[in-house]
Amino acid sequence: MATERLTAIRDDVESRPTTRRWVPGRRLLAHFALIVVTLVMLYPLVWMVASSFKPTDEIFSQPGLVPRHFEPSNYAEGWKGVSTAFSIFIENSLFISVAAIIGNVISCSLAAYAFARLNFIGRRIAYATMLVTLMLPTHVTLVPQYILFNKLGWVNTFYPLFVPHFFAVDAFFVLLMVQFIRSLPRELDEAARLDGCSPWQTYRYIVFPLLRPALVTTIIFTFIWTYNDFFKQLIYLNDVQLFTVPLGLRQFLDSTGDSSWGPMLAMSTLALVPPLVLFVTFQRKIVDGVATSGLKG
Amino acid sequence: MTITYPTMRGQRRRRTRYQNGWALAFLAPWLIGFLAFTAGPMLMSLYLAFTKYDLLSAPKWLGAGNFRRMFGDDPLFLQSLKVTAIYVVVGTPLSLCFALAVAVVLNRGLRGLDFYRSAIYLPSLFGGSVAIAVLWRKVFNGDGLVNQLLAFVGIQGPSWISEPQTALGTLIALEVWQFGAPMVIFLAGLRQIPREFYEAAQVDGASRVRQFWSITMPLLSPILFFNLTLQLIRSFQAFAPAFIISDGSGGPADSTLFYSLYLYQEGFVNFDMGYAAAMAWMLVLLAGAVVAVNFFFAKFWVHYGD
Repeated sequence: MATERLTAIRDDVESRPTTRRWVPGRRLLAHFALIVVTLVMLYPLVWMVASSFKPTDEIFSQPGLVPRHFEPSNYAEGWKGVSTAFSIFIENSLFISVAAIIGNVISCSLAAYAFARLNFIGRRIAYATMLVTLMLPTHVTLVPQYILFNKLGWVNTFYPLFVPHFFAVDAFFVLLMVQFIRSLPRELDEAARLDGCSPWQTYRYIVFPLLRPALVTTIIFTFIWTYNDFFKQLIYLNDVQLFTVPLGLRQFLDSTGDSSWGPMLAMSTLALVPPLVLFVTFQRKIVDGVATSGLKG
Repeated sequence: MTITYPTMRGQRRRRTRYQNGWALAFLAPWLIGFLAFTAGPMLMSLYLAFTKYDLLSAPKWLGAGNFRRMFGDDPLFLQSLKVTAIYVVVGTPLSLCFALAVAVVLNRGLRGLDFYRSAIYLPSLFGGSVAIAVLWRKVFNGDGLVNQLLAFVGIQGPSWISEPQTALGTLIALEVWQFGAPMVIFLAGLRQIPREFYEAAQVDGASRVRQFWSITMPLLSPILFFNLTLQLIRSFQAFAPAFIISDGSGGPADSTLFYSLYLYQEGFVNFDMGYAAAMAWMLVLLAGAVVAVNFFFAKFWVHYGD
């Protein structure tokens, strides 16, 4: 096949130095252009961090980055919140995210093991069904799910936001793990079986530990998606005590309007810290995840 | 007790044996989830799409009433379609062009590739969050960052987020700002193109522009197609930024009334859940149609090797 040939050629190429010949001026020009692009991309973020240390009237009047009056009290004021401490929002967000992660890791890996390694009647149909659910817009299930959770008395609780994850609703991660398990040598399973392992023991002691790279990807992206999610949290949570970070920010915005931008930007900055820490730690992993599967933050 | 070693025959027979019980056990969570949270709700919303339902009284059968209302009797629905269409038609090509251009420059073996790639990707990681939407509101405010910078060159900018002509533009800018994700995908694709092709073209005297159109574009077209499909699906579902910038109203003058936002208003503010379900199914049809058209035209420009 063409792709195999291409791979062969590439392997050959990669054993040699790969940099193309550069005219020195051109290389400088390329760096210059890239630096400009990078600056434009990062400027709003840097400006947000800088502004979060400025008094509100200075944010409006002065575009420079370095605050003339350093104002760390923005953070203290934002942390106090409008009616509820911001720490509650962070706690709630972390709780939901961690619960969703646990659910995804367990349920998706169980399903993936069955799809990748077990023979059963209807496997093809079940697998195809799972792939189809991957492409459905979440909107089609939104209204009936709300009705269902309303009937269960779960509106205004965290359950609708994490319980579905215990039932492998994120087909994307199932697919990711199926592909990963298929790349593991089957001999390992065989050896385990000959030693008397049941499928459960094979999963628990052989496949699950080896699945770690795929699990890390799952954990990172489940966290980012759950933490950044707004729509579901908006419709299910009404009680301020249950508000998450996005809802807390929105409440802040609604009640203070454009008057207290200092604390507002301080809390927005704070809200981006957990995903940023994750990104800095797992940069390679995240970029590779995006490159190979089209995952997005 | 005697130990029997399985023979090759035995092994092969055992391998083809079905493990239905085990499979059911492993798949039970997924199966329950599929029935309770996906298949069941889909059927339910298909039924609700033909009813009027407010969560309190029983659903009332309307026939095709909801769909007739969408296209005959609801200017806001048509407005939300228009807004979403502009967002998709302008935003998607723009962000893909930026992504491709930067990826091509980055792929030339420059030093600092990892740094540039991470820095440019970073906005994509944060993009859909409320925190960034809040920031955006501030950046495009009347006295926000953009106008402060414009003031340097003597231009008095408008309040971008409160003018109907420009509000949608700020959301498109937010979408384009996140071109890092498609760029990373392009970069992975560009790396698969063998350098020999370019060397051969150079020997034959092809210019860089010619090389781009005759080598890079055809070989990259599957990736471009993948990115295009992905961006289209995502654009239809954009919600948080429009909600935050317009305080949930879709304003000014309904200029940021995204499809998802209008669906939210009808379903969860007005509690017209039948209409919201009908809109959800209409979205499936519309998004499906757009993706299908995309797939149809793919055969004219996407090359999957020889």
